[in-house]
Amino acid sequence: MTMQPDSSSPSPEAAPPVGMIVIRDLVKKFHGIPAVAGVSFTVGAGKVVVIIGPSGSGKSTVLRCINHLETPTSGEIWVDGIKLTHNNKDINAVRAEVGMVFQQFNLFPHLTAIGNITLAQKIVRKRGEQEARRVAHEQLERVGIPEKADAYPGQLSGGQQQRVAIARALAMNPKIMLFDEPTSALDPEMIKEVLDVMLKLAKEGMTMAVVSHEMGFARNAADEIIFMDRGAIVERESPANFFQNPHEERTRQFLSQILH
Amino acid sequence: MAEERRLSLDPSRQSRIAPGLERMADWPWWLIVAILIGLVVVFQVVTNQRMSVIFGAIAAGIGVTIRVTLSAYFLAVIIGLFVGLARVSSNRVILNIASFYVEVVRGVPILVLLMYIAFVAVPLLVTGINGLGGRLGIETALGAALAKVSTRNISNELRVIIGLAVAYGAFESEIFRAGIQSIERGQMEAARALGMSYVQAMRYVILPQAVRRVLPALGNDFVAMLKDSSLVSVLGVEDITQLTKLYAASTFLFFQSYSILAFIYLTMTVLLSRGVRTLETRLSAHRR
Repeated sequence: MTMQPDSSSPSPEAAPPVGMIVIRDLVKKFHGIPAVAGVSFTVGAGKVVVIIGPSGSGKSTVLRCINHLETPTSGEIWVDGIKLTHNNKDINAVRAEVGMVFQQFNLFPHLTAIGNITLAQKIVRKRGEQEARRVAHEQLERVGIPEKADAYPGQLSGGQQQRVAIARALAMNPKIMLFDEPTSALDPEMIKEVLDVMLKLAKEGMTMAVVSHEMGFARNAADEIIFMDRGAIVERESPANFFQNPHEERTRQFLSQILH
Repeated sequence: MAEERRLSLDPSRQSRIAPGLERMADWPWWLIVAILIGLVVVFQVVTNQRMSVIFGAIAAGIGVTIRVTLSAYFLAVIIGLFVGLARVSSNRVILNIASFYVEVVRGVPILVLLMYIAFVAVPLLVTGINGLGGRLGIETALGAALAKVSTRNISNELRVIIGLAVAYGAFESEIFRAGIQSIERGQMEAARALGMSYVQAMRYVILPQAVRRVLPALGNDFVAMLKDSSLVSVLGVEDITQLTKLYAASTFLFFQSYSILAFIYLTMTVLLSRGVRTLETRLSAHRR
């Protein structure tokens, strides 16, 4: 008995859509008020998507739905071919493949840099102490602060903390990295050191979804820029087109506000 | 005139009026008085034959006091930890059961709770266990053992330990809940985003931080438990308070007996407070 997969209502056996991150008709409401109102996009493997938009446009919420820190109200999300459901086991499995970097770093203050980077490796990836430490040192090297291995977060500058946070996420060997305004809480002179690390990651072929106000980074690293407003996508463009000749009036208005 | 004003504004000049008195006013006089009284008691106990007899009679209960305090506190912290976790649970059933326990226990005086558990709850529990043994059948080994349990098998000491643990468990749970809720939401999110389960995130990320934060409060309750362990004397458990009551009643040496009793409690609480503070300092070493 054969069944023809129907495109309008895919059967559970239907092949997952192509793309590292696939989002279809994502809706997220908070207390009945929609923060994200029907968003669909795909991030291909090795691609960098930068999501920009005014505050309250729902860009962070979209990012947080990708690893289920927020439970979508409706819509579908596939991460590397795995469909996200409400099943906790699936969610934890997907989360281990998706690294996330937060605006407020969220390092664990009771652990050293090494402790921060090895913890999840040991209890989620089941790596031994030796291997976890080796990976941690590698990642600290990669983000450029190998000498801070034994420092506690409280002893590090904001930029260093954010780089440890990136190393912590990378140590899990994620297939995707999500960045939620990674430089918004940093002093101006520390922004560059974090952006440099992100740029390096992008060049190495990491699949990235970045919510940021850093237009320089968007211009240099993005394969695609998504402009959101009021919970919906206003415009999707390559960086060149986005900055040179945006189609939508709302985009032009926004760009004129932030590009001086 | 100008000279005078400058003089009065200069604090170092002012203190020169009576330099010795000025400095002595800052001394911790209360501590000096307390230490002196303590020394007098120690001197009396060591040199005075009668006092050393009283001390010996009362000190025989120190073991019981310490045992009751330690076991009840240990149980209370475990109860408090789990009930505290239940109080931050998103599961409504667990949350309501835990809240019921906490609110009921906090609303009843500890003394009443102790008597209730010793004279009502424990006998009821024994009846229940006997009934379960009967259901299983006295032919089976387990059934026979359960049916044989008698209220008399459960010592008063065990009952007051359970009572104190249940009472303090409610307080400790509030401490743990406050500690857990004081940890920034981002910590749980970061742990979950790394693929940890809720339980793993609690165990390795939230609780280690929360416990450090609430250590002073937990330490306070340890000292409070030591003091409240004196309530067990009401049920005839022979701790230092009960032994003092008995000794004073039979010899009419109330002043000496109760002075020594207060002295023993004070010594233990002061030492305990210092120990807790040392532990706090050591555990907060990373907050530089």
